[in-house]
Amino acid sequence: MLQTQTSSLSYAHQTVEETPSKVSARGVNVFYGAKQALFDVDLDVPVNHVTALIGPSGCGKSTFLRCINRMNDVVEICRVEGDIRLDEGDIYDLDVVELRARVGMVFQKPNPFPKTIFDNVAYGPRIHGLASNRDEVEEIVFTSLEKAGLLKEVRDRLSEPGTSLSGGQQQRLCIARAIAVNPEVILMDEPCSALDPIATARIEELIDELRQIYTIVIVTHSMQQAARVSQRTAFLHLGELVEVGNTEDIFTNPRDERTQGYITGRFG
Amino acid sequence: MPESKHIVRAYDEELQTLNELIGRMGGLAEVQIDNAIRAVFEHDTVLAKEVARSDSQVDEMEAEINALALKLLALRQPMAIDLRYILSALRIASDLERIADHAENMCRRGAALEVEPKASAVAGIKRLGKLVLAMLKDVLDASLAGDVDKAVEVWLRDEEVDELYGSLFREYLTYMMENPRNIGSYTTLLFVAKNVERIGDHVTNIAETIYFRVKAKPLKDSLPNRDETTGESD
Repeated sequence: MLQTQTSSLSYAHQTVEETPSKVSARGVNVFYGAKQALFDVDLDVPVNHVTALIGPSGCGKSTFLRCINRMNDVVEICRVEGDIRLDEGDIYDLDVVELRARVGMVFQKPNPFPKTIFDNVAYGPRIHGLASNRDEVEEIVFTSLEKAGLLKEVRDRLSEPGTSLSGGQQQRLCIARAIAVNPEVILMDEPCSALDPIATARIEELIDELRQIYTIVIVTHSMQQAARVSQRTAFLHLGELVEVGNTEDIFTNPRDERTQGYITGRFG
Repeated sequence: MPESKHIVRAYDEELQTLNELIGRMGGLAEVQIDNAIRAVFEHDTVLAKEVARSDSQVDEMEAEINALALKLLALRQPMAIDLRYILSALRIASDLERIADHAENMCRRGAALEVEPKASAVAGIKRLGKLVLAMLKDVLDASLAGDVDKAVEVWLRDEEVDELYGSLFREYLTYMMENPRNIGSYTTLLFVAKNVERIGDHVTNIAETIYFRVKAKPLKDSLPNRDETTGESD
């Protein structure tokens, strides 16, 4: 797939302990009206690594993910407290459009725009003014599709609608769209839950390649997927961050009984 | 196994079956050792044949455990304690199979005894056999209960086995030097004793496996080094 141009500054091959944080959350509380969804969550997301958020439905993992690019801002009854930093900067000091360009997102269900494959990817760079002419737009589109491992499959059909692609291809198109604006962090909210195992394997392979350049946070219901793609895993339960650690440790020897219960299928 | 149950009941039932198979295989290995010692020193060729015949039963049980463990790994994708539990079952089954092989070897060696050994020499091996048999019983109990303390206690008792084996070795050497005509018989006895001593090593392996299963770390990292001259390890 992608011929990764690994930056000499990439921390992808460093251990989690040796890697600085890209995103740091401290004391994050989230309320939906009177209902509290997250309780005092502290979490560091290491740069050029994949951090998986796991936990039963309603545990707050998607809520936490959506705090990182302030997606919860658009939910009227939602209130976020605490300190979330991208690099060293408070995300609330940033312009939200700039934040969402730096922190891209891929959703559970592939959601291409009702536009051509080309325009789906070109849309972001155009509105963010990342390209000044057609050639530059083209270059970004081709590079992004290449990075997303999709270029070979769509090179001859760039003017077809994005929705004409298969589910797996659509999801890779959404990843291409996310990376077209040159983000630093990619948030993925169950990106494979609507895909078959082959399309899932392609996305997982892609995630591993993308982390050379980006920092990835993935919410997944599949523990096997978390085990396969992430280097760091955080387990949330009832809005509380129960345990976070190296993925290998979480899945072989979790410290907390609740983590053990969840990953071994002992409670729902 | 942890007290709490899996959401999928069949998973618990399969793990329980694995547990029972290990228990049955362990029971069979105990009988094999007991019978082998009796067959050797009571010159009971019928019993020796029985030990040889039963060895294939032990092999079959190991195959059954391997098949079930493989199925669990493939179909349940076990994690954490469950994964260690299944890996441990594979390792324990392998050690029990080797234990039964040593019992069979004892019978084969014993059949070659030419001269009746001295009563004290026989008593020494019987004592060694009893010690190892008791350790096997205890380690199987520890496995069933997930009792780490008991597993460690068994592991420590292997030192006694090694010491006893060492003293038997010196005793037999003395008899051989006293009379070269004894060399054949006491070499045979030495092989029998070595088989028993090796069984002790496999029992300690099982103790280590139980420790790893429960604590998720190797037992050897948690204990002071034993004198390496006293025994071999697998």
